[in-house]
Amino acid sequence: MGEEVALRVRNLRVGFGMADPVVRGVSFEIAPGECLAIVGESGSGKSVTARSLLGLAGSNARVSADRLELVGHSVLGLTEPAWQARRGKDVGLVLQDALVSLDPLRPIGREIADSLRLHTGLGASARAARVLELLDAVGLPDPEMQVQKLSGQLSGGERQRALIAAAIALNPPLLIADEPTTALDVTVQAQILALLERITGAGTALLLISHDLAVVSRIAHRVAVMHDGVLVETGRTERVLGSPGHQQTRRMVAAIPADKPRGTRLSAADTPDPPSIPSTPRRPDTAIDSVPEIPPNNTVVLEAIGLSKSFRRPDGTRQLAVDTVSFALPRGSTLGIVGESGSGKTTTARLLLALLTPEHGEVRVFGQPWSTASEKTRRALRPGVGAIYQDALGSFDPRWSVAEILSDALGLGRQRRAPQTTARLTTLLDEVGLAATVLPRRPLELSGGQRQRVGIARALAGKPQILICDEPVSSLDVTVQAQVLDLLDDLQRERGLSLVFISHDLGVVAHVSDQIAVMRAGRSVELGPAARVFAEPQHPYSAQLLAAVPRLSV
Amino acid sequence: MARLQLPVLRPLRRVLARLGGAVFVLWAVASVTFFAVRLIPGDPAQAVLGGPGSQASAEALASVNAEYGFDQPVIVQYFAQLGRLATGDLGRSYSLNLNVGPLVLSQLGGTLLLAVLALALAWLLALALATWSTQSGRIASRVGSALEIVAAALPHFWLATSLIVVFSIWLGVLPPISTGGALGLVLPVLTLAIPLAGFLGQIMRESLLRALESPFVLSARARGESERGVRWIHALRHASLPAISLSGWAFGSLISGAVVVETIFARPGLGRTLLNAVTLRDVPVVIGVVMIVAVAYILMTLLTDAVSRLVDPRLRLS
Repeated sequence: MGEEVALRVRNLRVGFGMADPVVRGVSFEIAPGECLAIVGESGSGKSVTARSLLGLAGSNARVSADRLELVGHSVLGLTEPAWQARRGKDVGLVLQDALVSLDPLRPIGREIADSLRLHTGLGASARAARVLELLDAVGLPDPEMQVQKLSGQLSGGERQRALIAAAIALNPPLLIADEPTTALDVTVQAQILALLERITGAGTALLLISHDLAVVSRIAHRVAVMHDGVLVETGRTERVLGSPGHQQTRRMVAAIPADKPRGTRLSAADTPDPPSIPSTPRRPDTAIDSVPEIPPNNTVVLEAIGLSKSFRRPDGTRQLAVDTVSFALPRGSTLGIVGESGSGKTTTARLLLALLTPEHGEVRVFGQPWSTASEKTRRALRPGVGAIYQDALGSFDPRWSVAEILSDALGLGRQRRAPQTTARLTTLLDEVGLAATVLPRRPLELSGGQRQRVGIARALAGKPQILICDEPVSSLDVTVQAQVLDLLDDLQRERGLSLVFISHDLGVVAHVSDQIAVMRAGRSVELGPAARVFAEPQHPYSAQLLAAVPRLSV
Repeated sequence: MARLQLPVLRPLRRVLARLGGAVFVLWAVASVTFFAVRLIPGDPAQAVLGGPGSQASAEALASVNAEYGFDQPVIVQYFAQLGRLATGDLGRSYSLNLNVGPLVLSQLGGTLLLAVLALALAWLLALALATWSTQSGRIASRVGSALEIVAAALPHFWLATSLIVVFSIWLGVLPPISTGGALGLVLPVLTLAIPLAGFLGQIMRESLLRALESPFVLSARARGESERGVRWIHALRHASLPAISLSGWAFGSLISGAVVVETIFARPGLGRTLLNAVTLRDVPVVIGVVMIVAVAYILMTLLTDAVSRLVDPRLRLS
């Protein structure tokens, strides 16, 4: 019996320095050919758990367990050389973004051959032949061409395949994949998941670490939900997702936006049975099956007319980043722009904000010229157009406190502690669900969700009617993402905001939008009511994107 | 056709751009030096005739003024000087009555030797310090960082005198002045290398730590790479990149440091030649030395660029 598991963990505890343990008594096992997913929010201890299984938790980590067995051998208290003999041979590791997880200075062929060099007596030509086999096995076309390339020359999906090839070079019985698809576009994510599934199909045990339930539900046989250093729930994927027993699991299931109607609350953590409790519908026309092309009696507040913009490539030729994009945004509605990285979404956002000038076409705001107006004219209108960015941290001056950031946005400069200023700041924070206690803090001292809320508060300071949101939730955990999406929804309802919501995640876009524009290679290939695009996509590319959206497969 | 030419044209364009940049730097150096030397008080004709103490007659001064063109407007003298430089003519020394070209070249070797040895030693010391202090625990890291800061802050003149006191006067193992042998090189090279090693070490240690914490190092460890392999195959290569880029600048600073060091250790070289020439207001020699140093600096920058491209294949891509 004991020989049949690839990995057995009993009561694993990991702590750093003198602090309380971050992993507090975790037990699980994985059989050959099985995929177990550990799912949890950032800081739940899942990555630390994964690294402890390779003896790589760090030099100041205290790791203890009742049992820790890799293919039948105890690895508790192994010396460093003994660990080195096992890593790569008995267990492989795939990390998140292969751009930084493969040495950017070495050709990928060398990186992949490393395990062979370290653990086998193969000669250089035998190693080279095996590398080509591996690249072929992970589905990289033209292996001979690829081995000489640096990771920076490959696309995100190709890099991730190369990284997986490096991890499975010696066919380790256990593969650990820590957020292997998080940095990838949905369609590429689907391909990588299929590849991992094929690897488990061949008998490799796979430990999948992820923050995203929907992603793992595609390939995991069993799911373990981690919260605060403990596995709060473990079971067959269908069971855990279908009838979640623990509150944390329910919160994470409810937070998945795909397939939830517009207006459904995602972050109803405290309700006992959260899935699909629609909040009072904001307007009758937002029901999933009856969104008209343009809601009646609504004026268009933002209009893009045939926008084009190109950039110069390093070799001097020009690349069209945005190619004749047109749409109209009625007051109080949301336009979702979805597409993969490099499709021109962010360039479109900058054109809409008039941070870039279009080469052709025009942007009009409140029916007035915007992109063609002078910056002096625009400046008077700018408070009406707010912006929220993906990297909230990077969009703040790190030395400024929240109070300074917001009072600056209110047009009061950085002056502090005038009573009426504090009152206005408190009101502003209240609107985004933050307490006044964050006022003296600096951006680095806030959590990811708090930062994004401050970013939204800053955007609201000018009392905008239009908000341009560029990937506002992409760097957040699913449950935090759910709270921010709900906040945007509330604000829209209360203030009648018009939103342009840009994301690579069709699930998120479909949940928040009235209209959806699908972008590919700078062109808007499909534009229509969200429900229609979601239910019956007209363009094959939209259909492809849609098929790749992670949703709970139960 | 155009497509065939393109791969050839691109490096050619890069070389031309570099060459243009080099010519611009040389012009700027020549111009700044020309006008800066004018600001030294005193009569240039006096300098030609042996300095203010020589009590030259009015006729002698006038004939020198006419011969050297000192009676012309400054701007005319400037263009005449540029014209001579453009043809490679560095002129004649006022004080030594020698051609500046051969004079400067004869002094170049000693200074170059000093700078190259100091640069090499600084690299070795910095690498050793960075490697040791990042792998031997927290105390080593503190000690290493403190050593680097102190070393980087040491002024050359103080370090030189201290080394002489310790090694020549107390221990008596090394000569205090350069005697021409290899032993005489030790103290000057140490004087130049130690501050630079502190500076390079700080940069290397920081980038080494960053590389050691990066995901690709974690990936390498997960493949079973040893600590030594992680360092030699991955981390040190990343750590050396910023230090390589700075070595061009460091070389320039070594040559200016040579002015002090050559004077203290009484070594012949460009530094001492320059100091004497400035004191005697010997404009052609000053300009000659500065031009040679500028050329050496440009060549060194090109060399560090080439080495960077060798170590970092990403630079070879576009």
